[in-house]
Amino acid sequence: MLAYYFRLAVKSFRRTPGLTALMVCAIALGIGTCVVTLTVYHAMSGNPIWWKNNVLYAVTMDSWDPSPNDAYDPDHPQLAPPQLTYRDAEYLYQSTIPRRKVIMTQLIGMLSGVPGKSVPIQAPTRATTRDFFSMFDVPFQFGGAWDAAADSGPEPVMVLSKRENEKLFGGANSVGQTILWNAHRFRIVGVLADWRPLPRFYDLTTHSPWSNPDDVYVPFQWGPTLKQLPGGNSSCWGSNAVNTYEDFIGSECVWIEMWVELSTPQAREQMQAYMDSYWATQHKAGRFARPLNNHLTNVSGWLKVNGVVTGDSRILLRLAFAFLTVCLINTVGILLAKFLRAAPTSGLRRALGASRREIFVQHLAEVAAISLGGAALGLALGVAGLGAVRTLYTNSDGYSQLAHFDPLGIAWALGLAALSTLAAGLYPAWTVGRLPPSLYLKSR
Amino acid sequence: MLKMQEVSKVYRTDLIETHALRNFSLEVKSGQFVSVSGPSGSGKTTFLNVAGLLETFDTGVYELDGGDVSRLSDDARSRMRNEKIGFIFQSFNLIPDLDIYDNVDVPLRYRRMKAAERHTRITKALELVGLASRMKHMPSQLSGGQQQRVAIARAIAGDPALILADEPTGNLDSLMARQVMDLLEQINEMGTTIVLVTHDPELARRAQRNIHIVDGLVIDSPPPYERRTTTVAFSADATSSRAG
Repeated sequence: MLAYYFRLAVKSFRRTPGLTALMVCAIALGIGTCVVTLTVYHAMSGNPIWWKNNVLYAVTMDSWDPSPNDAYDPDHPQLAPPQLTYRDAEYLYQSTIPRRKVIMTQLIGMLSGVPGKSVPIQAPTRATTRDFFSMFDVPFQFGGAWDAAADSGPEPVMVLSKRENEKLFGGANSVGQTILWNAHRFRIVGVLADWRPLPRFYDLTTHSPWSNPDDVYVPFQWGPTLKQLPGGNSSCWGSNAVNTYEDFIGSECVWIEMWVELSTPQAREQMQAYMDSYWATQHKAGRFARPLNNHLTNVSGWLKVNGVVTGDSRILLRLAFAFLTVCLINTVGILLAKFLRAAPTSGLRRALGASRREIFVQHLAEVAAISLGGAALGLALGVAGLGAVRTLYTNSDGYSQLAHFDPLGIAWALGLAALSTLAAGLYPAWTVGRLPPSLYLKSR
Repeated sequence: MLKMQEVSKVYRTDLIETHALRNFSLEVKSGQFVSVSGPSGSGKTTFLNVAGLLETFDTGVYELDGGDVSRLSDDARSRMRNEKIGFIFQSFNLIPDLDIYDNVDVPLRYRRMKAAERHTRITKALELVGLASRMKHMPSQLSGGQQQRVAIARAIAGDPALILADEPTGNLDSLMARQVMDLLEQINEMGTTIVLVTHDPELARRAQRNIHIVDGLVIDSPPPYERRTTTVAFSADATSSRAG
C-alpha cells in the first residue's frame, strides 16, 4: 500500500505543483538554516575526545595575585588561571599518580626547509612531553612519538604534522630525516596523520579554539634548554622584574598547560590530594595566597569553563529553530488547505472502503515525500550556506574551519525532516482522516 | 439483505434539530431492486448514507447481510462498506487524476487484493459496462454516460451484495439514463441487491418495489411497474408491500 500511497502523492504533486514547491522550499529553508547553525554549533560544542572525557583532566592551581581586585579573569574571579607556573608544572609533573601526563607550551619555530624541496618557514611548535600523543590519541602516518629519554635529555627529535610534512617533503615518509629547527638540527621521528580536534581543547589559551593544531612537536625541555620564551599565551603578575629567562621560569608567570590521564576515580582523588598537599606546603612558604582553588577538570568541563560555546551561538541556534518552526507552521497551513481542497476525494475513498487510518497514512506519505524533498533541498542549501560561512570567515582565525559539512549534518537533516513530517503533517492528515465520508459525496 | 427497525437520525446544531429519519423501518430482501423516491429534504440521502454505513444513526437497529451493524467501529464499518456495498453517485464521483483502470481499482486496493486478482476483476467489470477498451482513458475524456458506467464498474468490481445508487441518472440525458438503468437491471439479474434513489417516476417504475419517503418516514409504496415476480417483504409499520 505504501507504494500506492506514494504514487498518489506524486499525482497530487502534479495536480498542485506550485503549492508543492512552496512547501518543499519552506521546509528546505528551515532545514538549511538549521543545518548551518547546528553544524557550527556542533563543532563549537562538541567534545573532540569524548571517549576519554572522564579520564583526561586539565590541571589548574590558583597561584594568582591575592589582591581581590586582580583576579586572573575578572569576569569569572572564581576560576584559577588555565596555565601553571614553571616551578608548579615541574613539581606536579614528577607525580607518578597519573597513568599519563603532559606539560606543554607553544614556541615559535623556524624550520630550515629541505634543499631543493622547500624554503625555510615559520612553524607553530608545541613543546611538549611524549605522552601528548598517546594521551590525546593522536594518529601517526609515519613513525611515532619520541621515547622517554628524549624528554629528559632533551634529545633533538621532532614530530611533524601531515600538513608540514607535505610542505617540506611532499608528503613522503620523512622519518629519519634531519632538519634545522631554530638553527638546531633535529631528527624527525614521526609524522602525524590527519588530526584536527575541534575545538583545540588541549590549549585554549593560544589562538582561537578553532585554529589548526601545531605543525611541529619537540620535547618540552627544549624551551628551557634554548632559553626560548613561549610563543603562546603567558600571563604574569607581581612587581618582580623579569629580565632574564631564569627570571621568567622562576617567576609567578603562568604559561604551561598541564593535562593528566587518571583512569579511576581513586587516582583522581589521589591526584587532587597531591595537588592540595603541594598547595598547603607552598601556602605555608608564602605562595598561593589566594584560597585553595585547585582543579582537575575533565574535557567537557574544560570547554565549558573556557567559554568555548558562546551565548551568541546558542541564541543563533534558537533563532534557527524558531525560523524552522515558522516555516513548518506555514507548511501546516498550506497542507491543510491542500488536503481540505481534496477532501471530497478522501470522502469518496472512505465511502469505497478506506479506513480513517488508511486516509491518514496516505496523507502522511504525501507529507513524507514533501519532507524528503525539503530535506534534500535543505541539505543542498545547508552545504551552500556552510560554503558561504567559510568564504565570509576565511581570514577569521580558524572560524571558517567550523563550517565543514560533516556526516552528522545528513543525520540532522534527515532527523529534522522526520520531525518536520510529524510536526507539519500530523494535524492536516489527521483532520482529513476524521472528516465524515458523506460530507462531500453529494457536493463533488 | 437490509433490515432497518425504527431507525432515527437527528442532525443537531446550536439552534435547531432536524429529524432526518423518524422510526424508519424497512426490509429489503436479497436480490431485490428497490427504488426510493421522495421530495427534496425528505431524508432519501440520509437513508442512503445510513444504509451505506457512511453515517451513524441515533436509535434503532440496522442489520446488513444478516449482521447487526448498529454499533460497529469505524474500521469495521469501512471494511463492511468495502466488502458488501457498492456506491453509485449522481455526479459519478470518479477521481479526476486517475485513469479508468485506477478508478475501478480504488475499492479493491483497500481490500488488499493481489494485483493479478485486481486486474481480473477490473477487466471483467469494465467489460461488463462496455469500457474495456478505454482503461487508460482519463475521466475527462469520457462522456457523462460513460463516466457513470465506469462508476458502475467500480461499484461492482468488488462483487458487493448491495448496490446503493443515489440518483445515478440525474446528470444524464434520457438515452444515457435508459442505458444506465438497463445496466443496473442486468446487474440485479445477476443477483445483486440494488437500492436506487431517484426523482424520476419512470425509472422508479422499473424497480420491483418503490419506497416513498416524506419527512424521514416511509409513508407509502405506489403501485410499481410489474417487471418481475420477486416476493418483497416490508416491515409492518413502514410501508405497504407488493407481492408479485
